[in-house]
Amino acid sequence: MPPLLEVKGLHTEFRTGAGVVRAVDGVSYTVHSGETVAVVGESGSGKSVGAMSILRLIPDPPGRITQGQILFAGRDLLSLSTEEMREVRGSEIGMIFQEPMTSLNPVLTIGRQITETLQQHRGADRATADRRAVELLNLVGIADPERRLRQYPHQLSGGMRQRIMIAIALTCEPRLIIADEPTTALDVTIQAQILELMAELTRRLNVALIIITHNLGVVARYAKRVNVMYAGRLVESGPATEVYHDPRHPYTMALLRSVPRLDRPRQARLDPVDGQPPDLTRLDGGCAFRPRCRFAVEACGESRPALEAIGAAGHLSACFRRDELPSVQVAA
Amino acid sequence: MAVMTSEAPDEIHRSWRTAALGFCRRQPLGTFGLAIVIVTAIAGLSAEWIAPYNPTANDFEAMTEAPSWAHWLGTDQFGRDLLSRIIYGARTALIIGFISAFVGGFAGLVLGVGSAYFGGKIDLILQRVMDILMAFPLIIMALAVVAIFGTGVQNVIAAITVPLIPRCARVVRASALSIREVPYIDAARTSGFSHSRIILRHMMPNVVAPFLIMLTAFVGQAILAEASLSYLGLGVQEPTPAWGLMLQGGAEEYASTAPWIAIFPGLAIALTVFGFSLFGDALRDAIDPKLRER
Repeated sequence: MPPLLEVKGLHTEFRTGAGVVRAVDGVSYTVHSGETVAVVGESGSGKSVGAMSILRLIPDPPGRITQGQILFAGRDLLSLSTEEMREVRGSEIGMIFQEPMTSLNPVLTIGRQITETLQQHRGADRATADRRAVELLNLVGIADPERRLRQYPHQLSGGMRQRIMIAIALTCEPRLIIADEPTTALDVTIQAQILELMAELTRRLNVALIIITHNLGVVARYAKRVNVMYAGRLVESGPATEVYHDPRHPYTMALLRSVPRLDRPRQARLDPVDGQPPDLTRLDGGCAFRPRCRFAVEACGESRPALEAIGAAGHLSACFRRDELPSVQVAA
Repeated sequence: MAVMTSEAPDEIHRSWRTAALGFCRRQPLGTFGLAIVIVTAIAGLSAEWIAPYNPTANDFEAMTEAPSWAHWLGTDQFGRDLLSRIIYGARTALIIGFISAFVGGFAGLVLGVGSAYFGGKIDLILQRVMDILMAFPLIIMALAVVAIFGTGVQNVIAAITVPLIPRCARVVRASALSIREVPYIDAARTSGFSHSRIILRHMMPNVVAPFLIMLTAFVGQAILAEASLSYLGLGVQEPTPAWGLMLQGGAEEYASTAPWIAIFPGLAIALTVFGFSLFGDALRDAIDPKLRER
């Protein structure tokens, strides 16, 4: 079965006063129908720009998708007309944002914000749209939906607003939902609820989910596959369990060490990733992670390692020392 | 959560009467302004029934008469009753003031929000055009429009509307720029809504507060501009009763012997503009949540 979404060699750049920023620099990955894929990386690694590129919502100027293909259900989204693209947004691909506080329009009722999408894409009449809205609120676990529909966003708590955002994303039964750090702004107990809800709904409705996050705990628990991004490129990609237990890129390893874990001794100190993310206008020909990498060798400064397979099961890593890393790590 | 849900609906569905009473209590000056606006509006709307005389009827037996029981505000050099002319003049002032302010305001609203939403080159070009229009003082701009298209009520309205557009567009753009950056606009785009829908339904309601305040100020400004143009002979033409018009001709000639001809229309202009300004200011304070007492 062909994948639902296939991103091939995507390049998105921003022309700024300081130079050209290659925010997404040749990223390729696939998402299968009903699958949950996590995109992980630090701030500025190109995770969100990559997601917005799929919806073609990069502000132009200064941004531009310069190369690549985005095949969604067999169509190249980059070759669609503006009109056709608008039909895809919200209807076939839904999006959930980070900030539930500001992602809902304060002057429109919850009901209007849900039914508007239906009326836009499905040409539904008011009564049908209202019925569907009630159904959706029930689905995302909001009690007393009829009353909630008449309320405004400020009358709801953060967790409820994020549930509303999920409802809006699900309105037109999309085949893919992109969630851009959906739980970052919520407190921990609510985070778990929202993630459980998303996991359950995507499974039940067979919706593929791209979850953009810097929270590796989220990845471990909910994602089937993980894409690790650094400086606009994929540095490691593979099944979540593989990447989590046998990371083959120094950056992934560093990320994993920087997170507290219950299966490690409690006395062990957390190990932050040293240094700063690189300035994307000043990348040289070598590996972008080299300055922060404790395993860097001479070859790393000469060319960029390509994303290549390690073993089976589709585990890929962009590191010259991908095969020797486990043994070097033990030695170090 | 329980507190939020029990309190918030009251705030939203607070009845108009409570809101109006609250406004009167907190903004006594604004209430005074509102009273002037209401009196002017009543005068303008029901001029036929409350004006004691025909505003254009000459009475050569009663020329330049001082205020008396027969003519409360006196008569002008043609014996026309000043009170009646002021009452009918309110209609002219309000028609021109409201139409100019609303047309100019809404054009500015659309241009301002659109400019902020699209940004980039469109924003740059629109804003430079607005800068050029703003470079002319309101009255000079209006003079130019009247000089090109001639006098008459419609042209006067156009002359006053055009210079109001950039003033409104600029203020609205400033608020819209900050709203453009809020994620719910991105969210609307990811839902596949068209540009016009996002501008009209998602952005405009969010800039309504500054817009309303500006609109009240604009009505006052437009009334003043209309009076100025009429006074200069470029606005409304005789014999239509208009406040600006009443200040020229006889008012100048008889300034020392019959000052009431100039004083009362002048007072009408000043009071009305003052009333709109007071009301606009109070409205801003009332709408601004930072200034509202909790």
